[in-house]
Amino acid sequence: MSPPEARHVAASGRPEETGRRDFLRGAARLGGGLVLALVLPACAPKRAASGMRGASAGGTGGQVNAWLKIAGDNTITVLVDRSEMGQGVYTALPTLLAEELEVPLAKIRIEAAPVGDAYINVGNGGQVTGTSNSVSDAWDKLRLAGARARTMLISAGADVWGVAPAECHAEAGTVVNARGESLTYGQLAEAAAKLPVPKDVPLKPAAKFALIGRSLPRLDTPDKCNGSAEFGIDVRRPGMLYATLAQSPVLGGSAKEFDDSAAAALPGVRKILQTPTGVVVVADHFWQAVKARDALKISWHAAAETTALDDVAIRSRLHKTLATDPGKAARSEGDVAGALRTAASLHAATYELPLLAHATMEPMNCTADVTAEGCDLYVGTQVQQMAQAAAAEAAGLPPERVRVHTTLLGGGFGRRLEIDFIPAAVAASKAVGVPVQLIWTREDDMTHDYYRPPAAIRLDAGFDTSHKLVAWRFHSVSPSITARFAPDTPDPFDSVVEGAANTPYAVPNLSVNYTRQEIGLGVGYMRSVSHAINCFAIESFMDELAHAAGRDPLSFRLELLDQKPRHRRVLQAAADLAGWGQAPAGHHLGLALMEGYTTVIAQVAQISIEQGALKIHKISCAVDCGQMVNPKIVESQISGGIVFGLSTALWGEINVAGGQVRQQNFNTYRVVRHNEMPEIVVQLLDSTEPPGGIGEPSVALVAPALGNAIFAATGQRIRALPLAAQKFVKIA
Amino acid sequence: MRTLTINDRPVEVDADPETPLLWVLRDHLGMTGTKFGCGKALCGACTVHVDGTPMRSCSLPLAAVAGRKIATIEGLSKDRGHPVQRAWIELDVPQCGYCQSGQIMSAVALLTQTKNPTDADIDAAMAGNICRCGTYARIRAAIHRAAELTRNGQ
Repeated sequence: MSPPEARHVAASGRPEETGRRDFLRGAARLGGGLVLALVLPACAPKRAASGMRGASAGGTGGQVNAWLKIAGDNTITVLVDRSEMGQGVYTALPTLLAEELEVPLAKIRIEAAPVGDAYINVGNGGQVTGTSNSVSDAWDKLRLAGARARTMLISAGADVWGVAPAECHAEAGTVVNARGESLTYGQLAEAAAKLPVPKDVPLKPAAKFALIGRSLPRLDTPDKCNGSAEFGIDVRRPGMLYATLAQSPVLGGSAKEFDDSAAAALPGVRKILQTPTGVVVVADHFWQAVKARDALKISWHAAAETTALDDVAIRSRLHKTLATDPGKAARSEGDVAGALRTAASLHAATYELPLLAHATMEPMNCTADVTAEGCDLYVGTQVQQMAQAAAAEAAGLPPERVRVHTTLLGGGFGRRLEIDFIPAAVAASKAVGVPVQLIWTREDDMTHDYYRPPAAIRLDAGFDTSHKLVAWRFHSVSPSITARFAPDTPDPFDSVVEGAANTPYAVPNLSVNYTRQEIGLGVGYMRSVSHAINCFAIESFMDELAHAAGRDPLSFRLELLDQKPRHRRVLQAAADLAGWGQAPAGHHLGLALMEGYTTVIAQVAQISIEQGALKIHKISCAVDCGQMVNPKIVESQISGGIVFGLSTALWGEINVAGGQVRQQNFNTYRVVRHNEMPEIVVQLLDSTEPPGGIGEPSVALVAPALGNAIFAATGQRIRALPLAAQKFVKIA
Repeated sequence: MRTLTINDRPVEVDADPETPLLWVLRDHLGMTGTKFGCGKALCGACTVHVDGTPMRSCSLPLAAVAGRKIATIEGLSKDRGHPVQRAWIELDVPQCGYCQSGQIMSAVALLTQTKNPTDADIDAAMAGNICRCGTYARIRAAIHRAAELTRNGQ
């Protein structure tokens, strides 16, 4: 789910410039070469000068800054500039602002921010929700926004009373003076919004936090418990029609010609039109559109090489390249080739991972309302600017005339970093002159994803005569996601070596190489991105090395982490949590460790083999994700990520035949259900580190921890996923 | 024109009798709390009650439910006061929230049948409801909590 994250993260935690620029350039390209116009319509609301200073008690409220509106009736609205897809940003981000604004969190209402410069996520180079960095990006920014707003409200109150601001303070949404008189924020907001923005406002030290660090209730929970929460698919506009899209069964194909005579005659059908992404059917109701789509006779054109594509061809491309191309070095220390040559013993293994689909619960959908004046776009998106650019191109409008209304996302996982479901909705609305909601069916969604890339990874290691690890060579081969988003990227690595280039283990001779090998299918960012690919190989191989050296996998790792106290602490905590070395009779443990999204995390899987079948009893996980805004949300993200990782480890696999994806729905793309859940135990470690990512890291460690436990139980090494496809694994 | 009883109210619907109940609710009646997830009765996002039994509305044609009593998430309470909703809110169960209408409707049906379900009862009753965010553990805890609220007459 990360957009092109810079590989090298400086000590400040800020990725380097390159990635940001690439992302914007990629965004512009996807928008058909349009230059993105980054406008901020709502940042500084224009209003008529309203008479004398300080006359605003009982005022009409105002927008104090890009993130904060305070109404005359004291309603406090925080504009959240990250998309809520379950990860809790609609609670965590307002918490940061409310902490300094001195208002109770429960008083805050949420509004999705429009497209705007103020809302750019610096680390992602755009208005992007991804890379698990919403909190780290907002940590200073929103606290400062709250502190500045509070300072301005206090000044406005002091003006009304004709006293010095220092004699007043903020308290629970009011400004109080030394005589105990108070004015509400609603009474002061209009005047406050006109005051100069103070520059140096000190932020509270952590010891003074009243909201940050507490497990306060999520602000989005109540509406998600009575059906009133509005996802993209729930948008209803006056006169709205529904649409569906016929897309080429062979990926990347287009409609050559079609016969719509039968479809057009069906009830409710209003319009059938061809767009660059397929044939759209617009009808009064969605079911009518689906029925009419079934009645279309379309002849598709697809590239011959795509039509010939299947699992065997994809695997063979990756493995051939792995065997013949040394790759480019993302990191190189010492002399790996020399160390491998002179090592007392060698160990090598090749790992491979399949394509995966995101399978968000809410299928892709978009509602567009195109008029001569502009376009309103209602969409669950992780990329507001790219959505705007895509809609602008489809509507033939300048981007600033597309207003993006971000709804709740029924799951993102990186799928909604894509804008492929947007243009057809816009084209349809433009064609019929009323709002149109275009919905993909589950089958559309699963067969037309931008899939997680497959990969082939080879690891080589060498020991000296005293069984000390002296050489480590990592080489991965996979298609590049970043190259699709930003074809001009000068950096061949980007996120693809994450988890590998920053391996915490100390080996004197170490290299991390990557070779880009395209497979003829579009690949996309999926939750945990390359961490989940690379750490399966690395943590499984580390386990192989421990066993090859006759060592306990825990102490073997701890020794290699001599200079990494933070990692040692997390790994030891996970081991303690799981009872490492004390598994019940017949149970076996496997562990895995990673640093990703500046979070350090370790997991231990506890399994048994019952009548030849794998039974997963427990996943124990310890995390140091730095300072936390809301520990309960952190815990839910870590445990939810484990469930996500469990689905992919057990069953996740997209198969391709004849250039088409074979999995269509949840019967063949299996995910974990209630009755298949192991116990999950998460320990959040106290930390003073800067906030790290929590949405993605835990996904990556489930597969290696399970594979290592399976080895402990059976002596069989898992070198490919999913587990269900491995001959000797039955799943209980 | 067919008459349905939805959340104890008679409702007239003019739609193709083959139209799945899900789309009747969402498109014809504007009741968007019931969600589209798979269209094949595989994920449970569209779960409603038909004569008290949890069913997947995506795979139930309108013709099959005419004259029967349908209950949806919108009808559970006016104020989120149903014990299952209260337990869900108390435990902050949802993440993205998209599957939760279906989860709640399955849980309500379970608790109507089985006042104090065991974990095995919950597994059996809830296995048809997928959650991609992985809220299963809190759903289990919330079902036990809702049973407790009901037991205590709260």
